[in-house]
Amino acid sequence: MGVAGMVGSPIKRREDPRLITGQATYVDDIKIHGMLHMAVLRSPYGHAHIRSINTDAARRHPGVVAVYTAEDLKGAVGNIAIAVPLGKIAEGMGARGALAEGKVRFFGDPVAAVIAEDLYTARDARDLIEVDYEPLPAAIDVEKAMQAGAPLLYEEFGTNVAFGMHPPTDEIDKVFEKTKADGGIVVKTRLVNQRLAPAPMETRGVVAEYRKASRSLTVWSSSQIPHLLRNILSALVGLPQHQVRVIVPEVGGGFGCKLNIYPEEMVSAFASMQTGRAVKWIEERSENLAVTIHGRDQVDYVEIAATREGKVTGLKIYGISDLGSYCQIFTDVIMIAFGFPVSCGAYDIPTIHLSADIVFTNKAATDAYRGAGRPEATYIIERAMDQVARELGKDPAEVRRLNFIKPDQFPYKAATGAVYDTGNYEGALDKALAMVDYKSLRAEQVQKRAAGKLMGIGISSYIEICGFGPKGSAPVGLYESARVRVEQSGTVMVYTGSSPHGQGEETTFAQIVAEEFTVPVENVMIMHGDTDSTPEGRGTYGSRTTAVGGSAVFNAVQRLKEKMKQIAAHMLEASPADVELEDGKFSVKGSPQKAVSFGDVAAAANLSNTLAPGVEPGLETTVFFEPEACVFPFGTHICVVEIDKETGETEIKRFVAVDDCGRQINPLLVEGQVHGGIAQGVGQALIEGVEYGEDGQLLTATLMDYAMPLSSELPHFELDSTVTLTTVNPLGVKGVGEAGTIGSTPAVASAVADALDVAHVDMPFRAEKLWKIIHQL
Amino acid sequence: MTMKREISVTVNGQQHHSEVEPRTLLVYYLREALDLTGTHIGCDTSQCGACTVLLDGQSVKACTVLAVQADGCEVTTIEGLAPEGGLHPIQEGFWEKHGLQCGFCTPGMIMASYNLLKVNPNPTEAEIRKGLEGNICRCTGYQNIVRAVQYAAERMRTSASEPVGAGE
Repeated sequence: MGVAGMVGSPIKRREDPRLITGQATYVDDIKIHGMLHMAVLRSPYGHAHIRSINTDAARRHPGVVAVYTAEDLKGAVGNIAIAVPLGKIAEGMGARGALAEGKVRFFGDPVAAVIAEDLYTARDARDLIEVDYEPLPAAIDVEKAMQAGAPLLYEEFGTNVAFGMHPPTDEIDKVFEKTKADGGIVVKTRLVNQRLAPAPMETRGVVAEYRKASRSLTVWSSSQIPHLLRNILSALVGLPQHQVRVIVPEVGGGFGCKLNIYPEEMVSAFASMQTGRAVKWIEERSENLAVTIHGRDQVDYVEIAATREGKVTGLKIYGISDLGSYCQIFTDVIMIAFGFPVSCGAYDIPTIHLSADIVFTNKAATDAYRGAGRPEATYIIERAMDQVARELGKDPAEVRRLNFIKPDQFPYKAATGAVYDTGNYEGALDKALAMVDYKSLRAEQVQKRAAGKLMGIGISSYIEICGFGPKGSAPVGLYESARVRVEQSGTVMVYTGSSPHGQGEETTFAQIVAEEFTVPVENVMIMHGDTDSTPEGRGTYGSRTTAVGGSAVFNAVQRLKEKMKQIAAHMLEASPADVELEDGKFSVKGSPQKAVSFGDVAAAANLSNTLAPGVEPGLETTVFFEPEACVFPFGTHICVVEIDKETGETEIKRFVAVDDCGRQINPLLVEGQVHGGIAQGVGQALIEGVEYGEDGQLLTATLMDYAMPLSSELPHFELDSTVTLTTVNPLGVKGVGEAGTIGSTPAVASAVADALDVAHVDMPFRAEKLWKIIHQL
Repeated sequence: MTMKREISVTVNGQQHHSEVEPRTLLVYYLREALDLTGTHIGCDTSQCGACTVLLDGQSVKACTVLAVQADGCEVTTIEGLAPEGGLHPIQEGFWEKHGLQCGFCTPGMIMASYNLLKVNPNPTEAEIRKGLEGNICRCTGYQNIVRAVQYAAERMRTSASEPVGAGE
């Protein structure tokens, strides 16, 4: 493999050989001598008092080593950490121990854990535990849960509303009045962003191994956050941080749901500390759908004002976030901290009013799911822009164009306070319009409509905020880190604090290093996911790994390069300022024949004897990168649908996406991220949805009932990109992990509403719902 | 605990005599008894296909087959698809075309693709999408999986038309 131009090159992933041959090691593939297995007994009710738990029969079952309930964990295991506790949550509302005590608050709430010699025995014994429940009415619908008289999850607080944000409305009221007085419009709409299951193909899993002799705990977990997990878990089980090691092996997808700490990690660690043996727990799929965090679940009341020409003058959003039953790490801030800052999307909107209530219900906790807040915000503004266009009889593309923040307005300070780094929104829109041949497409639509066909075209010009996060924006600094070592042989070891779960950073980070050191990419090894060997990192989420973790790698390489130049200068009897690195050689500017190879310098540095006096031997450095600002990727997605009048089924005829994630380290992987993101966004629009009965029963507890897109249900995506570099990191990269999900959902929603010629339809667009609309039932 | 039963299964060309509980699923037998952990468990209810293996040459979901049902049969798992150290054209296709991200569905997806190409060596995109709808991928959006299978089909056609021993 060549060296020059390694960044930007669509090379194959180095992760793949182990994955395509079955040689990768996921958590469930780990076996430790004497390892025990855990099965968890869960609430069959959405809401109930626990009168009693009888574990006698389970304890007596042959092969059972221990059975634990909340009683056993008292004083030994703490409550799940919450990053930013808002309102009553700071007073203890929504606090969650590892096992339910006195009351269960959602279907699947863990009540007891069985530890046994093998998995089948653990599950057999689980069936022998008797729990006497007193079922209670459940609060399921979030708006009903807010009303007086609703069943209360936390009686002592007298309400299910954990926190409300209701600033005065005078300013936005004035804007709306003036807009109307000037002949403009105010459009109102209510949008439901349904509850989703992240459902990575690998469920969660953990192996905990406590060695009593050294009082050390090693935890293998399918996690996006090895260091945070180590730091939090050590506090929760009362061990010093340096005696806890978290290893994240191969991870089979996360999408945000593994960006958390869960009861099973705490209980298995406790069980191992008690028994002195390793304990494994692997989540069953029905557990995954019931108890791993869900995403979205937000109801929004939206009002948008615009002049007759279509220029938006003001936006008012009242959001209700359904928290589910407990507070996980980010449950309470998904809407307010991650969604609200980008409420105005790609548009220059002078006045914005945001208000909110966040509410507990008898459902699984919600938290970060691919996009976390930004898909909801984008859905709101994109649906609103469409409705402005519809109300004024204008083309939705032109209304967007009229309102875009212009390239010369960057850095742009939005009315929400967010500062956008760079962008060229019109460029992405124009490219997407050209790709679909928009004019002809609209003409085709007119013809099809005349022939009685339901064809719709949907546009979504999204932005997102990622690369978290600037100093002071979170309770802990959201930096990333890299330790880079150039070995005596000239090969390079990189220890990154970032920990991937399918993104391919072993490949992209190696590309960054290879390009900067001008060495073959094969000579670079990327190590991750072990808190004992990697420097502190904050985790892979929010499309931040390349922007933040990649920048740490880049900076570490620069630092070593400077030292190598010094050493080379001594070897070449030149001044360090005159030495340059090119094609694997350090040479003196202007006399390229006077050169030493990268390997020679690496050897000199590590062997030390020939170094100049005062030069420290070795080539190793650790760099932390904390971004000064967030980055704002953007793009335009266009979806073309046809809805079958007879069946109500939606077929996506075309899906075009133009995304701008700044500089692309590996376009092949960028494309893969966009594909997968679109698939999940389309999944939300068309079929996905977690459903509960009014009594709190989960109706979507297997993959038979929770529909995820299949290969036959998705179209061939047509992709292109624009490149607008960011200035907030040295690589110029933004982020692409969530963009596809954020951009695609509103495009499909827009296309379906357009096809049906209605202002709005709530997702998911399943055939039955659309058939009823078509036939006005 | 129920009485164990003796079974004899040939897995990836190697014969195994084992004692299993009648309720033991084939996927657990492969993973736990034989340490063939390339076959994954994704859903427990036969929707996702992560556990797909070949049973007497036919793709099956190993979470829906009892180990005792495989008695006297030949099983091929992802570990046995290509000779030691080599790659099957389908594996190559997934690597070349970026047909995987987290990799968890991949072994099952590759085994299902094997069956698909056996039945239909020259599938259209629609036929590939239809043929793989028993396997769920949450990462890729399937587009590059389709490309991977197309790549493999092309490779397998080319090598099939060459004399034995040529190629590779």
